[in-house]
Amino acid sequence: MATAPHAGNGKVFPSARAALAGIARDGITVMSGGFGLCGIPEHLIAALRDLGVNGLTVISNNAGIDELGLGQLLKTRQIRKMISSYVGENKEFERQYLAGELEIEFNPQGTLAERIRAGGAGIYGFYTRTGAGTQVANGKETRLVDGEPWVLETGLRADLAIIKAWKGDREGNLVYRKTARNFNPVMATAARVTVAEVEQLVEIGELDPDQIHTPGIFVQRIVQGLDYKKPIEQRTVRKRSAHALDA
Amino acid sequence: MPWTREQLAERAARELRDGFYVNLGIGIPTLVANYIPAGMKVLLQSENGMLGMGPFPYEGDEDPDLINAGKQTITELPLSSYFSSADSFGMIRGGHIDLSVLGGMEVSERGDLANWMVPGKVVKGMGGAMDLVAGVPRVIVLMEHVARDGSPKFKASCELPLTGAGVVDMLITDLAVFSRPDRHAAFELVELAPGVSEADVRARSTAQFGSANG
Repeated sequence: MATAPHAGNGKVFPSARAALAGIARDGITVMSGGFGLCGIPEHLIAALRDLGVNGLTVISNNAGIDELGLGQLLKTRQIRKMISSYVGENKEFERQYLAGELEIEFNPQGTLAERIRAGGAGIYGFYTRTGAGTQVANGKETRLVDGEPWVLETGLRADLAIIKAWKGDREGNLVYRKTARNFNPVMATAARVTVAEVEQLVEIGELDPDQIHTPGIFVQRIVQGLDYKKPIEQRTVRKRSAHALDA
Repeated sequence: MPWTREQLAERAARELRDGFYVNLGIGIPTLVANYIPAGMKVLLQSENGMLGMGPFPYEGDEDPDLINAGKQTITELPLSSYFSSADSFGMIRGGHIDLSVLGGMEVSERGDLANWMVPGKVVKGMGGAMDLVAGVPRVIVLMEHVARDGSPKFKASCELPLTGAGVVDMLITDLAVFSRPDRHAAFELVELAPGVSEADVRARSTAQFGSANG
């Protein structure tokens, strides 16, 4: 049989909310893919908001902006702690942080990506030059190799990863599009349960196995999202007459 | 007369070499892309997962799935490639990017860079800056020579929390260019903006530096 190895829907769920059932609980750690608002799992974030789970620790490069992306979960105060590299564009984040209502752990972006990669690959930790001699290294083991300091960073894992891909098949194989890939594939590897939302859910066999970015082993649940908003944070354009990069 | 923002970017572009893979930071460093010499092949890396960044799209062609690290809409080129954040920082931390151009708040005479936080102000995070300065073999900082209140930003030592220690190879300010042959050497003043004297520069710096002419 070339198709449908089992009769049920397997990994496929009818809605984002259904895909989170039994996994989303108070106090869990959630990885959320995306860079800025690009490649964020917008339906799964909205479902987490609607489920009303609280006290979340969220690992995500950014924290969305007011009303959009993770900004929605900040507004409803569902997030207790963020592990991020940059959170610049969110006023509500700023307010909660200054009021001591929200904990934040800043990681250099590459350290964050590599910590997630390590977590997903069963690697306890790694030594990196990033952050050596800065406050990022405070309280961490630093090893001198040939006179240069290397800082020990540990792998990160989560209870749940919510990610966004362009196409996915019923087996959970995923393909991302352009820079919407970012943190999604690495987060897919590092959670107990990874839920992927896709713009196009296709039948097994429709994706070229050579072009798959995330193999289905890393994806436990998949849901097709409808009516993607895909907001643009900084709309920068050039006039048709221009020939250089206008800044 | 001090150099303008565009002139700083233009000066930094003179450090580009054919075949370079380059990461440009947000702000003035982004303008460096406008001054890549004609005929020179330079591939711009965007740390959110792209190599070979193209110009801004024409109006109506914006693609929400295609942005740079400043979250601006951009375009791809025939030679572009996309990859994950982990692969992107593998390029950066693994020393595969030839040149990083960043903005700065303070640079010390030892080449320490501070550009990510001001104590007492809201901290937004370091993004990829710490990875870039730690992993890229050549780091150029572009900044105003003095702060708005006139206080020096090229200092004996940084007062702000560091982005990286001893990581700056070249400093280009609106008054002068400073360079050093390696990260253990002292900076030398190698160029002055028109009408700016070495004495002017020393008066506006607390950093010690050599003089290429002296």
